Amino acid sequence: MPDVIDIIAGISPGSTLHAIRDQRPQARLHAQASYDSLFSPLSEADASKVERFAIARFVAGLHGRSETETFYGVGLAGAGAPTELRAAIAAAVAMAKGKGPYGHYPKGPLSTEDQTGSVHRLDAALRTALGARLAAAFEHTHMLVFHPRDSAPAHLQSLIDAGWSTTGIVVISQLVAFLSYQIRVVAGLRALNARPA
Amino acid sequence: MTDKVLSTPPHIEPVVFTRDMLDWLPWLEPMAEQDLTTRHMTALVDAARAKSAYFRLLVRDPEVLEARTRTDKDIFYNPEAGLPRAERELAAAATSRFNGCIYCASVHARFAATYSKRVEDVDRLLAEGVGADLDARWNAIVAASVALTATPITFGAEHVDALRKVGLDDTAIVDVINAASFFNWANRLMLSLGEPAAPPPK
Repeated sequence: MPDVIDIIAGISPGSTLHAIRDQRPQARLHAQASYDSLFSPLSEADASKVERFAIARFVAGLHGRSETETFYGVGLAGAGAPTELRAAIAAAVAMAKGKGPYGHYPKGPLSTEDQTGSVHRLDAALRTALGARLAAAFEHTHMLVFHPRDSAPAHLQSLIDAGWSTTGIVVISQLVAFLSYQIRVVAGLRALNARPA
Repeated sequence: MTDKVLSTPPHIEPVVFTRDMLDWLPWLEPMAEQDLTTRHMTALVDAARAKSAYFRLLVRDPEVLEARTRTDKDIFYNPEAGLPRAERELAAAATSRFNGCIYCASVHARFAATYSKRVEDVDRLLAEGVGADLDARWNAIVAASVALTATPITFGAEHVDALRKVGLDDTAIVDVINAASFFNWANRLMLSLGEPAAPPPK
């Protein structure tokens, strides 16, 4: 079974970093199991494979890490996403880049640390191309990538209004959160690999 | 099942970072305890988590929750070599402080303080933020966690060099990478599915 983190990070068997990752064998095994369960789910009732890869591809694009972006782009095509949808996602990424984390705190002493940034809204053409479910998911995803501390119940209501179930919203959160982890592990390991002791 | 956003009961919203024990209130309906099957209990890993609204909400996707939990435990609890537990917790607390997850920061600041016994330094991280001057070694770990947490990610050769300079070997550096990265996962679950509540005044 290939390990996705090794593949994206370019870590080969027998290398020093491969051996270091082996010292946390459960983390290695279950990071892979997390990937497998998110992208080869037992049921697609709450979120289809195309939707899952679309969200992952969007998260990877927002991080601007070409290695992960390419990996999920291939996954998206493999899941059967039509060319028009893939083009719409690439366009959505190009229009949504930013810098995080920003956002607001509950009113009080931390308000001096509030940082206002953009609240992303897709334009009408992209909304149509993505469909209501993915459009709502992408706006939520942008918030969760760049300004997660702005999360509020109203965001979940938008997802429900677009047709997402409670379980589907849990899956969206897990997808964005898992990708946020995986992209950083890969970026960190690549930086370490490029700097031999 | 009805899909709706829950209104949280009256509660006190924490407005500062703290090491106090906080509660967490879900915005979506967790599974009811009596509906948890053997599969769900396995996915919770620790049976005590059946009491937690957070874990009973996440267990709606048991496969992902179980894999996430086992990843978490190995990154933080595996005692073989690498970074001491206290400093893995420091990376988690710094990440949570930078992303702004008051709940996650409270839990991992408590752990960092307990394992390091450096209560005042942990409290300065919470009060002043990730720019707090702690000591050379902790500053390097906090800076690396922040660089990994920023989007776009700014972690690079200078962070690796800084960690080596304060005595971390590559296994310990991978622990910093794993711990900070993992909290970018945890923070986003905690922040997006509910909110913290402070204990009622005594």
